[in-house]
Amino acid sequence: MTATPHRPDDGVFDVAVIGGGIVGAAIARELSGCEVSVALLEARDDVGDGTSKANTAILHTGFDAKPGTLESRLVARGYHLLSAYAKATGIPVEHTGAVLVAWNQEELDALPGLKEKAEANGYEHCRIIGADEVYQSIPDLGDGALGGLTVPDESIICTWTTNLALATDAQQRGTTILLQHGVTGIDHAPDVTTLHTAQGEVRARWVVNAAGLGADHIDRLFGHDRFTVTPRRGELFVFDKLTRPMVNKIVLPVPSSRGKGVLISPTIYGNVMLGPTAEDLTDRTNTATSEDGYDFLLTKGERLMPRLLAEEVTASYAGLRAAIDHPDYLIEATPEQRYLLVGGIRSTGLTAGLAIAEHVSGLLEESGLALRSRSGLPDPPQMPNIGEAAPRPYQDAERIAADPAYGTIVCFCERVTEGEIRDACHAPVPARGLEGLRRRTRAMNGRCQGFFCGAAVAALRTQHHTHDGCSNQHKDNR
Amino acid sequence: MTYQLPLIEPDVLIIGGGPAGLTAAAELADRRAGHILCVDREHAAGGIPRHSDHTGYGLRDLHRVMSGPVYARHLVDRATRAKAEIRTNTMVTGWSDEHTLDVTSPDGRYQIRPRAIVLATGARERPRTARRIPGDRPHGVYTTGQLQNLVHLHHQPVGKRAVIVGGELVSWSAALTLRQAGCTPALMISQYPKAESYGAFNAAGRTVLRVPVATRSRVTKVIGKGRCQAVEIEHLDTGKRRTVACDTVVFTGDWIPDHELVRAAGIALDESTLGPLTDTALRTSRPGVFAVGNMLHPVDTADVAALDGKHVAQQVINHLHGQQPPTAGVRLTVGSPFRWVAPQILRPDDPAPARGRLLLWPDEFVRFPKVTVRQDGRVITRRTLAWPAAPGRVFRIPSTVLDGISHTGGPVHISL
Repeated sequence: MTATPHRPDDGVFDVAVIGGGIVGAAIARELSGCEVSVALLEARDDVGDGTSKANTAILHTGFDAKPGTLESRLVARGYHLLSAYAKATGIPVEHTGAVLVAWNQEELDALPGLKEKAEANGYEHCRIIGADEVYQSIPDLGDGALGGLTVPDESIICTWTTNLALATDAQQRGTTILLQHGVTGIDHAPDVTTLHTAQGEVRARWVVNAAGLGADHIDRLFGHDRFTVTPRRGELFVFDKLTRPMVNKIVLPVPSSRGKGVLISPTIYGNVMLGPTAEDLTDRTNTATSEDGYDFLLTKGERLMPRLLAEEVTASYAGLRAAIDHPDYLIEATPEQRYLLVGGIRSTGLTAGLAIAEHVSGLLEESGLALRSRSGLPDPPQMPNIGEAAPRPYQDAERIAADPAYGTIVCFCERVTEGEIRDACHAPVPARGLEGLRRRTRAMNGRCQGFFCGAAVAALRTQHHTHDGCSNQHKDNR
Repeated sequence: MTYQLPLIEPDVLIIGGGPAGLTAAAELADRRAGHILCVDREHAAGGIPRHSDHTGYGLRDLHRVMSGPVYARHLVDRATRAKAEIRTNTMVTGWSDEHTLDVTSPDGRYQIRPRAIVLATGARERPRTARRIPGDRPHGVYTTGQLQNLVHLHHQPVGKRAVIVGGELVSWSAALTLRQAGCTPALMISQYPKAESYGAFNAAGRTVLRVPVATRSRVTKVIGKGRCQAVEIEHLDTGKRRTVACDTVVFTGDWIPDHELVRAAGIALDESTLGPLTDTALRTSRPGVFAVGNMLHPVDTADVAALDGKHVAQQVINHLHGQQPPTAGVRLTVGSPFRWVAPQILRPDDPAPARGRLLLWPDEFVRFPKVTVRQDGRVITRRTLAWPAAPGRVFRIPSTVLDGISHTGGPVHISL
């Protein structure tokens, strides 16, 4: 099904959204549901290739947000919106629940306060449990746990598929996705703002800044000086799938005076994750992992779950959170500039994305953008399942019978089939490189890291030349 | 799923069509052991030798030397001629019950319930991530397996200047492949103290391949955005670090068995090899499930793996003929400088191990190794062997050193 093409006749989009992460894609999708033309500008050559790809992938209830903040409200609302959206689109979600584990008296004493805080955030299902019950639910936990707080609705979700579903949905609703369009300058005219990018100019009446790590730079181009993004590096270890039975719940640290601890979480792909570290950097591109980070994680992990540390590490990575000098989400419209900032969205933005989009839509309307909703919207996209909770193509006898490509396993460790790789290369928002293919299929993400499949996957990628639904050029606006 | 999966019931299922699996298939079929099915998840059988386009294969099992791909083809042809069935692109994805396996192939999803199973899934090299080496995540970082796949099977270019991490036999295989691909192996990095540690291959390696070796060193960081630019290496004794420019890094050796099916089945694992615990008849802890090849001894040469396959055939036939479950045995254990021994269990009525050899992995170079076998505090054997023990390759000991042990005693301990 094709939506009304919303490419503007006069070369001027009604709204340009800067940033193709979860938040930008959600906003583009929301606005495209109305009678406006929308461009989604992404600096990199794929959506979701910045901060959104490397978070802890938890669907948060918002139990531990600061009550009364915008973040608290949007995370709580986003939890329900994203849960429903995941059902509709097939984004993998597992409702594992979480336990905060107290390892000393101070942390134990903090649990009642955390429970009250959860209730102030509108989350009523937390329960304080003793050490026995902690070990019952996580038998492999290291010695010394004193008690815990359960958060039964914390869940794990596929952040990659979420971002892709939102971008695909936005595109099907008429959003023009412009990749490799990093914004380097702006010109402000009374009716139209011109965004300068490496690929030429993009003109729009309204601009939404959801540029994540680059949001403060864009904000300054608009003449503001209200915040600074500090890239906060978080390093993570992903352990072999053989460890998954050890960790059936998200094991969270209790925030305390000794600083933030690390978590252990099952992943939606059937692994276990340990991390993240939290280290403020100045370089916004430094996603390297570090010796200090490894030492920190391994020391923590040794105490949290010694058995886990005895197993193989499948992957390690580092993500940069867009931390800002402001205690809450910073979402502000400047109507006279026809400009809106979405800043300071930390890892909760994965959960809150859809609620942020609603909120942004409301603010834009209040600021004077006419947003008439549109009927006949396309159905939300059906995303390929890359999670372990539902059957994967390699397990689906009927599907293999209909198309043997789903029976040809190319990536043995992750059981990714030739059919899935082909599909990802031809998807509406297709994989444009090996990294994009990894996020769409899991190919090469497994324990052998390409020993067996790396060369074959690269060959398939070349064979299935991208039939691109996303342009990195847009003749209309030249 | 309500869909009833098709079921096939061969007499023997061999999982993995490398040298060990193919040889087992050929031997079993030669001896008319029934319907012998060998499955391999790659699109062609042959295993690792298929990717290793250099000579040195076939010495111990075929008594002549040939290249890896020729050797692989030879083993496939032999199994096929013997009327074993080989199914490629066929991956065993798990167990549906103790005796039934789930399989995915382009021909469909189905189940296999054989009377006996031979696990021959081999081993893989630990990639950079599993070695917990920090830094950037650029392109151009491979294992030998991936490198040889790229170069020999897909004819893809690699970089111009490579660093090889590791000092095992396979590290020299990587150097050969790099040279063939027009990439200079600029440095080999080994934790071991002497270049001689790498054994006989080394002299040839140094003269023909001209690869400088940094001994007592390790990689501490990978550097490069996009394409690899360098690695940082550290001298293990001085702690001194330096940066070595390279656009390609090959992590070699440091093997781990592909033991996922073993672990998924709850079959007992040897803590040191990380392969299944086996006796000299190559039985695992689950009746009717045998294991062969480099999953048991990660890794020995392909011909030694193949001879496991030959050895297991009679044991599988005995099982098919209803042989009684094995009697209790004694455990083999190792001390310095050995990391592991395979097989690990000795039973009174069992045959000698494959080729009459115990396989051990040394961590130190010993030119004149004097093997000591002890049981219950008593020295059973002391024997000086004529070949050195060298890290990076398997050390083979004649199993006759065990001749004096008591089958009712405690664990048997082997050291130097």
